[in-house]
Amino acid sequence: MALKTQKLTEQLELFGCIQCGKCTGGCPVARKTTLNMRTLIYHMLVDADMDVDAHQELWDCTACFTCVERCPKDVEPAELIISLRGELVESGRVPETLGTALMGIFRQGNPSGMARQDRELWAEGMEESLERAKGLASHAGSAQEECELLYFVGCIPSYDQRIQPVARALLRTFERAGLDPGTLGTRESCCGNEVRRMGEAGLFGMLVEENGELLRGVGARQLVTTSPHCFNTFRKEYGLDGMEVLHYTQLLARLIEQGELTFPEPSEARPGEHRTVTYHDPCFLGKQNQIYDEPRAILEAIPGLKLVEMDRRRERSLCCEGGGGRMWVEGTNLQERLAFQRVQEAAETGADTLAVACPFCLLTLEDAVKVQGLDEELCVMDIMELVDIALEEDLDP
Amino acid sequence: MGRHEPAALIVGGGIAGMQAALDIADAGFPVYLVEREPSIGGRMAQLDKTFPTLDCSSCILTPKMVDVGQHPNIELMTYSEVESVETDGAAFDARVRRKPRYVDVDVCTGCGDCAEACRMKGRVSAGFDAGMANRSAIYVPFPQAVPLKYTVDPEACLYLTRGVCGRTFKCKDACPANAIDLEQESKLIDIRVTSIIVATGFDMMEPQTKPEYAYGIYPEVMTALEFERLCDASGPTRGQIRMNGKEPRDVVFIKCVGSRDPHTGVPYCSRVCCMYTAKHAHLVRDRVPDANITVFYMDVRAFGKGYEEFYDRVKHERVTYRRGEPAEVYRQGDKLVVLAEDTMLGQPVEVEAELVVLATAVVPRTDVEDVAGLLGLGRSPDGFLQGGGARPEVNGSLHPVDTNVDNVFVAGCCESPRDIPDTVAQAKAAASSALRVLVRARKAAPAEKGGGE
Repeated sequence: MALKTQKLTEQLELFGCIQCGKCTGGCPVARKTTLNMRTLIYHMLVDADMDVDAHQELWDCTACFTCVERCPKDVEPAELIISLRGELVESGRVPETLGTALMGIFRQGNPSGMARQDRELWAEGMEESLERAKGLASHAGSAQEECELLYFVGCIPSYDQRIQPVARALLRTFERAGLDPGTLGTRESCCGNEVRRMGEAGLFGMLVEENGELLRGVGARQLVTTSPHCFNTFRKEYGLDGMEVLHYTQLLARLIEQGELTFPEPSEARPGEHRTVTYHDPCFLGKQNQIYDEPRAILEAIPGLKLVEMDRRRERSLCCEGGGGRMWVEGTNLQERLAFQRVQEAAETGADTLAVACPFCLLTLEDAVKVQGLDEELCVMDIMELVDIALEEDLDP
Repeated sequence: MGRHEPAALIVGGGIAGMQAALDIADAGFPVYLVEREPSIGGRMAQLDKTFPTLDCSSCILTPKMVDVGQHPNIELMTYSEVESVETDGAAFDARVRRKPRYVDVDVCTGCGDCAEACRMKGRVSAGFDAGMANRSAIYVPFPQAVPLKYTVDPEACLYLTRGVCGRTFKCKDACPANAIDLEQESKLIDIRVTSIIVATGFDMMEPQTKPEYAYGIYPEVMTALEFERLCDASGPTRGQIRMNGKEPRDVVFIKCVGSRDPHTGVPYCSRVCCMYTAKHAHLVRDRVPDANITVFYMDVRAFGKGYEEFYDRVKHERVTYRRGEPAEVYRQGDKLVVLAEDTMLGQPVEVEAELVVLATAVVPRTDVEDVAGLLGLGRSPDGFLQGGGARPEVNGSLHPVDTNVDNVFVAGCCESPRDIPDTVAQAKAAASSALRVLVRARKAAPAEKGGGE
């Protein structure tokens, strides 16, 4: 089915494009697949119709938004990709795995399609803390107890066994810092950040409405997330006026700076860990929200930890290919994964630990470490896990 | 020249201010030329060659600087800044602060013994060399400086910053003319002028605005102005193009760094980069005959007299022009890689580089707001001073050097980016406009002419 280009071209104001190629030049996947945003835009400008089905490489985009950040003319190339994906979604022409993920979100509020009532299993062993957290959130707004801080756990930290410990570590650290976070419990649904980027605008609208209503009902002053992806959409696409949306690295960096979270100095009885850590900037935290310093400030505050940098860092960080729905669709050219390249870059720094601050990055990079046979020399950990270890009181000497 | 001749004030001693000063002075009117740096010359003095003729920049500039310095009708006020301007409708009363050089200019012979002796020798970053070389705390910015008088840098001199230099003052001991006076103070000078020309020049955009090019992270990534100093025969490498101690084999130029990019606050074309990049490519070919030279461009704008021909010539000198605005610079082994889409090929390419030169945008001076405030001048949306007269939206293009303030004119890059020929032309236009005012003022007050005091 051919798409009439005119309406979308006008809607996205593609006329400002000067075909400089900065988008495609910096696109992390354009180098390994046929995805070329510049020519897509050009076709939109000069052709009356576009055969969207012929562009299966549309599913390669990770929504890292490097193109949007760098476009000199504010054309927002990635938004065109999202819209073209939307054309495919609307007529049901999507890769099967993607359809399943969307269906899971629609039915159970999470892309794995796991049961909604199991959403709190992540807090195993911390039931008391969780009960308290839930209690706070359900009472807040409606009645006596004000919930100052709401913790939005997110789908992957809730259900994925590898990421669940990150959420637990975060909850523990909140308590150590004397904070009383609330959660939405089983009422929490997918934030929709990837849903929108997969082109499912209708479902995204539903999620914004549902989650937005719940969040506003709680009336929290601060909303903190595990994932930069949830953080991004809450911050930019939900219209949560009066609520400060924070990624956990921002909150922790603030607590450390204010002296409300301190790490015990290493002693003989408690030698602590000696690690050399390099940090991978997640696209949704770094490039898209300019949060570069806070994660590093946390790492630098941990005693015994040495931070080394990769060559490509901050604004030039390499995407791990986990965003934009790519966790549920393989895309073309599976052989050359950017995560493979990224873990090699991390290993070259001599670091023994690759720190991340995003569930998707943790999964893609950890997988890459195994595939690349680097597991002996490099472990991938979330900053939250490193913080948790450093704060642990009964650490065996 | 009668002492009551109406006078002109020119703010800024770059090529624009110098040219305007010479034209007005040659017509017989007194000119006060105020320059805040220790020497006149401006940006043009920092350039190695000019395009498209490849003239040696200082060879054509220095005689003009000397003319300005020696002209009987020009009172040169270097290392000075205009502090206030007031008008009674007929003329302007300007107060100029002559900053202390800590050197008696009437006595200093410019021999340089002081700089040789200075304890800070080789330890102070030289602004004129774009920070690529070091100098002493007492210095002349460049050998052809006018006036050729030494100046003590108050931010670097040990005595002026810490109150103590050593047991003795090395510079004072070395000076055969006894010219150094570290207790010198600034002086206020009041002048009355009938017309003012503002020619305060431009700055270059900080390349950190484009973090993807990793300027400041890799020493091999430099700005066009730094490259200009690298090529200059009197620059830090005596004109040898060297990176990490050797000649770079692979050189990549990136155009439009910041320009044409509303994101960086520079929506306009900086006008000079296409041509100076062609010139730079030529200079690389000239000095490193077997280098691989790549110019990444979005468009090539070679619009002036002889410009397209120069661009053709450079291309024939085995310079590869690739269409596409690079996305990123990163390190691969011991080389840098410039990542771009070659939009002609329609595919991303990685080009190795041992030297990357960024054609950064021409931007208003950081203190343009103060200059505008001093005289009540308007600014255009791009941040530069507004030409075009009182109502630039009405036939503004027919009043290119007029401002919103009567008898105040603009010239050069303080109004918008332009190359040297256009700057000189505009300076002459400003001088002509100022002369109309001066001649009229002379006629209106014939009694004072030649009156003397």
